[in-house]
Amino acid sequence: MSVMYILIGCSLLMAIGFLIAFIWFVKSGQMDDVYTPSVRILFDDIENKTTNSNKNEPIKND
Amino acid sequence: MAKITHEQKITCYHCGDDCDHFPIESEGLSFCCVGCKNVYAILSNNNLCDYYNLESNPGTAVRNPVSKTKFNYLDDEQVLSKLIDFNDGHIQKITLFIPVMHCSSCIWLLESLYKLDKGIASSRVNFLKKNLSLTFKSDTTSLRKIVELLSSIGYEPAINLNDVETQVKKSENKRLSYQIGVAGFCFGNIMLISFPEYFGLDEFAKENFSRMFGFLNMILALPVFLFSAQDYFINAIKGLRKNHIGIDVPLALGIFVLFTRSAYEIISHTGIGYFDTLAGLVFFLLIGKWFQQKTFDTLSFERDYKSYFPIAVGVIINKTETSVPVNNLKIGDRIIIRNNELIPADSILMNGDANIDFSFVTGESATVRKVLGEIIYAGGRQIGETIELEVTKKVSQSYLTQLWNSEHFAKENENHIQTFQQTVSRYFTFALVIIALVSAIWWLIFDPSLSLNAFTSVLIIACPCALALSSPFALGTAMRILGRNKFYIKSPEVVEQIAKTKSIVFDKTGTITQSNEAKIEFVGNSLSEKEIQIIASLSKHSVHPLSKKIFSFFYQSKVLPVTNFKEETGKGLQGFVGNDEVKIGSYKFLFSDESVNSDSPDLFTKVYVMINNDLRGYFKIEHSYRKGLTPLISQLKKHFSLYLLSGDNDGDRKNMQEIFGDDAELFFKQSPMGKLNFIEQLQKQHKHVMMIGDGLNDAGALKASNVGISVSENTSHFSPASDVIMDASVFNNTYRFIQFAKNTTKVIKISFMISLFYNIIGLSFAVQGNLSPLIAAILMPLSSVTVIAFTTIATTLYSKKGGLE
Repeated sequence: MSVMYILIGCSLLMAIGFLIAFIWFVKSGQMDDVYTPSVRILFDDIENKTTNSNKNEPIKND
Repeated sequence: MAKITHEQKITCYHCGDDCDHFPIESEGLSFCCVGCKNVYAILSNNNLCDYYNLESNPGTAVRNPVSKTKFNYLDDEQVLSKLIDFNDGHIQKITLFIPVMHCSSCIWLLESLYKLDKGIASSRVNFLKKNLSLTFKSDTTSLRKIVELLSSIGYEPAINLNDVETQVKKSENKRLSYQIGVAGFCFGNIMLISFPEYFGLDEFAKENFSRMFGFLNMILALPVFLFSAQDYFINAIKGLRKNHIGIDVPLALGIFVLFTRSAYEIISHTGIGYFDTLAGLVFFLLIGKWFQQKTFDTLSFERDYKSYFPIAVGVIINKTETSVPVNNLKIGDRIIIRNNELIPADSILMNGDANIDFSFVTGESATVRKVLGEIIYAGGRQIGETIELEVTKKVSQSYLTQLWNSEHFAKENENHIQTFQQTVSRYFTFALVIIALVSAIWWLIFDPSLSLNAFTSVLIIACPCALALSSPFALGTAMRILGRNKFYIKSPEVVEQIAKTKSIVFDKTGTITQSNEAKIEFVGNSLSEKEIQIIASLSKHSVHPLSKKIFSFFYQSKVLPVTNFKEETGKGLQGFVGNDEVKIGSYKFLFSDESVNSDSPDLFTKVYVMINNDLRGYFKIEHSYRKGLTPLISQLKKHFSLYLLSGDNDGDRKNMQEIFGDDAELFFKQSPMGKLNFIEQLQKQHKHVMMIGDGLNDAGALKASNVGISVSENTSHFSPASDVIMDASVFNNTYRFIQFAKNTTKVIKISFMISLFYNIIGLSFAVQGNLSPLIAAILMPLSSVTVIAFTTIATTLYSKKGGLE
């Protein structure tokens, strides 16, 4: 049964890993704005489309 | 007047507005104005036309081009240093508030700003807050250039006095998120580790596992106790110091006893403790706190005049114009105000044609013409040519701004509201301590070994977790529901305040009347140029609201001198313009005929015109009262005492009395200070006052009242400090909102009973001295979940019943 010690240790370590990840997310500001990213994610497509269709008009895409 | 009908509407490619008569054509597209066309030109030159693909007509009309010198003050080092968040000499960072931001195209364009100005390194939008965070190279560009660029494409940022005077508050939200994260993590793991104990598995006890698990639990509970539950201890101690016992005291007591008793049991090897209960308790409490913290990001409830006043104004010093921060304005300074600029201090008109829009102050949108030498109060906005003024009072001493010097604005954060929860928890705490002591003494006499056990058990089980959760969840749900119905509440406690309302005070202009122009139409044969002049000249002499409307209908007309002018209040006007006799007024006034019943007062008023005893027709003037005003008032007057405070003259008294009924008291020509004093007077008679207003002149009254509601046509634009911001479109629902607030407090009371019921069950175990950790671990989450479910469901049901969305 002493394998329990290792298992519990492992599970706790993993859980702590998730806790740290959570704290990191909050700190980096992921919870500050929960709306804009959902709109922003759609923009890349549009920008690429125009770059392809108007090849002679270079659009900076960085 | 000939009517122009639009056979087919041509809408502007940029802003989607109606192009009226003459659309401006460019590249095969139509624009409503030069401003829109220019924005399109800028965007198309920079390959930014995707702006128009994301949404149709995403722009905002740029009707009033910004003067070139408007943002000169942004070059001022002093102003700059206060606005900029970060500066290392090369890179500068700033966050700007852009009120017109409204769609995904806006986000896209604002985040593509680097294509328009190479000095901009990055731009990020926070759409909900309508903020734009910019990073730019100060060597290549400057804040002034960027702000001018933004204005030129129709996204003028709002930079005002408030930005330089107050420091940005760091949000408390992150801390709460950490606390919830930690508590949730510990709660889950402690539960997991406690499972063998719940099921009484003997094998674990044999192998010393239970001892190890106990210690593990204690280690996991430590961060909950020390970090997550911190605020409850701090608040409890703060409250006790002020001799004020809130819900935090029994909570802190319960948490503390839970931890110490459990730690004692683990260390002395006499039990397994209640760490699972502790972690669960704190976790649920924090969730409740988070739920209650719902805020409306784009709304600001704390605005005062500073949020609307400019940072700097042009002052003539040695015959040249210099930008001077408004706080440094001195009496005698000569200031220059351009089209669409706000007058920051009371001053005398020295030069130019002043046409002032006082809508910020009074809610009245019709402009007021001022003559040379006349005093113009701060807060007015000049429409038209550039004017020159001499400052007569400092900004903070002006007629309007001195409101903020009154005591109501001095003690800003004093929380004088006694919520239901606070009242109950005081009695609860006393009862709890008495029960704990009595049971301790009882056992001291009969079985001393159980005494301490019983004492701590009582404090643990009676820890008012469910009690503490019922208010946040009921009020938080109510806030969300009301928010969906465009009734935005500053903080949850306000719901209880609304429920207590006994008297309601209304402002008139802008609150119960609409600030946009009233519909007016002339019925009869079309009038000649001369007749128009005659009517306009006569109506100009009266201050009655209807005359004012008729005059503004013909505002381009020339004004002729009037002789033998006579006005019968509430009836009509008469006089001679040249040799023509004119009468304007009600049918009764014109024909002295009592038999004709006047038209229904609710929909529109007819004002008849007679020139040289010939009836020319009538003006059909629709009331500019808000939709559903009459039914709303007749509903309200059954339950509340109503008052009306208006800054206007009493020309509207008759109509108002008709709507409000004979019991209501109406007051006209009220100054901002007068309104504030009136509210105080009512409160001295122990009345619970709700004030519904809109302009800055109501700011004092809104602040002084128990519940201040500001009505706003555009919630993201303008509203004075208040407890509630109500969208003007839901004004007719006011009674429903009050009713819903009352029902919400009913829900809170019932859920208090439920949680007390649980407490009594738990206490019956506790006083016997045999509270097992399992019972505690079941009872605590069960009571919490019941209360959360009951309050949210009941509140939602009440909202459905009350006809809210």
